[in-house]
Amino acid sequence: MRYEAPDTIDAAVKLLAGEAGLARVLAGGTDLLVQMRSDVVSPDLVVDIKKISELRQVKEEAGGFRVGAAVTGAELKEHAKLPKAWPGLVEAANLIGSTQVQGRATMGGNLCNGSPAADSVPGLIAAGATATLVGPNGRRDLKVEDIMLAPRKLALTKGEIVASFLLPARPARSSDAYLRFIPRTEMDIAVVGCGVSLTLDPSGTCTAARVSLGAVAARPLLVEDAAKAIIGTKLNHAALAKLEAAARAACKPIDDKRGTVEFRIDVAGVLARRAALIAQERARKA
Amino acid sequence: MAKHHVSATVNGDAVEFLCESEQTLLDCLRDELDLTGAKEGCSSGDCGACSVMVDGRLVCSCLVLGVEASGKSIETIEGLSDGEKLHPLQQKFLEHAALQCGICTPGFLVASKALLEKHPNPTETEIRYWLAGNLCRCTGYDKIIRAVIDAAAEMRGA
Ligand SMILES: Cc1cc2nc3c(=O)[nH]c(=O)nc-3n(C[C@H](O)[C@H](O)[C@H](O)COP(=O)(O)OP(=O)(O)OC[C@H]3O[C@@H](n4cnc5c(N)ncnc54)[C@H](O)[C@@H]3O)c2cc1C
Ligand code: FES
Ligand code: FES
Repeated sequence: MRYEAPDTIDAAVKLLAGEAGLARVLAGGTDLLVQMRSDVVSPDLVVDIKKISELRQVKEEAGGFRVGAAVTGAELKEHAKLPKAWPGLVEAANLIGSTQVQGRATMGGNLCNGSPAADSVPGLIAAGATATLVGPNGRRDLKVEDIMLAPRKLALTKGEIVASFLLPARPARSSDAYLRFIPRTEMDIAVVGCGVSLTLDPSGTCTAARVSLGAVAARPLLVEDAAKAIIGTKLNHAALAKLEAAARAACKPIDDKRGTVEFRIDVAGVLARRAALIAQERARKA
Repeated sequence: MAKHHVSATVNGDAVEFLCESEQTLLDCLRDELDLTGAKEGCSSGDCGACSVMVDGRLVCSCLVLGVEASGKSIETIEGLSDGEKLHPLQQKFLEHAALQCGICTPGFLVASKALLEKHPNPTETEIRYWLAGNLCRCTGYDKIIRAVIDAAAEMRGA
């Protein structure tokens, strides 16, 4: 195995695109090294992207934030403005693993590992984040919900890297929340995860919302019907009941030791309601 | 493939070692530098026995490649005591009998030190969350938590 740590994206893309064998990006390595150790993947080339400054920064851009794909969970949490602007996304990223894993794990890796249960991905989708990809044919932007297609299958082409995520500008009284269900309180994989981002008008009516579910289908889902259920309402009982029903209707989960199909569907509705109420409470103060 | 020549700082000392691309930082510390304090419990990021600091950040050294240490400052359990003088955390682990077989202990100590540097006065809940990535099969955790609380108090001069 060859290890390279270039300091520009273009050099990284060139290395990845030019490798005849199996090439892998190395961000925090908290998925990749585990997979290498258990022989799930045996790359011929590993390209460490942590020396590329563009991938390691959080910058304010167009009223929002551009977050480098290789910024760690611990760094997101320590950022001066992000936890206040996007508390749901930061808490989703911070649910990944332990303190030790937080010191290394990135949102780019979480997305590109291609697990339907990745915690930060519903947070990014609910946030309306756009990923900037860089590949041999240049740069392009894709909404995060369009990147993961199926378990371990991404819309990325050979040599393409996720460089950053743009979290859009949004009006006052906007906020977000992410909740997951796991059988323990820490260190486990989501049975269901749900991110909700919303905006309220001065009277408290929801004017915009995005709802995303993880671990209930082959890929993290953007559930437009769930958002529609609360837009134009003050999240009263009827709206929340509709939100729950829409979240449940979107689920196509698997049955496994972590949760049955019925349980996952039920919990998806519960988490959607609770996450929406937390986001609403935060938005009132934002 | 030629081995990588890595220069780094370990516990304040400049070190150099050769390693293969696949070797983890844990392998390099233990096999190339003879620093066997960090333990290999799982090699999958679950147990925390391999915890070290890399440029001030707590990580599992089993999930870091040895070559990534190039130019970095690493702190391991071997740097915790001041010569023969134990660090307050080590002293309190002994007093509270916070170890039995001891495999998990270096990881708990390194992780606890990182916590107390950031939060000198953590609540019990904060300690438990911070140490959730350190597993212990022997003690049942409670003695470890008491030892950390006690060491924190001593280090604050309380
Ligand atoms: C103990 C433990 C607990 C965990 N708990 C959780 C959890 O609770 N929730 C959760 O969601 N995950 C969890 N994980 C999985 C993992 O930590 C996360 O998925 C993490 O976000 C991966 O990020 P990374 O930077 O370490 O990725 P890496 O391991 O570096 O990369 C993962 C994959 O993505 C590719 N890749 C990385 N960055 C890019 C990029 N910018 N562009 C293109 N491809 C890229 C890599 O080639 C690799 O295939 C856990 C892992 C461990 C070891
Ligand atoms: S050996 Fe590294 S976490 Fe277990
Ligand atoms: S003392 Fe044996 S594992 Fe902790």
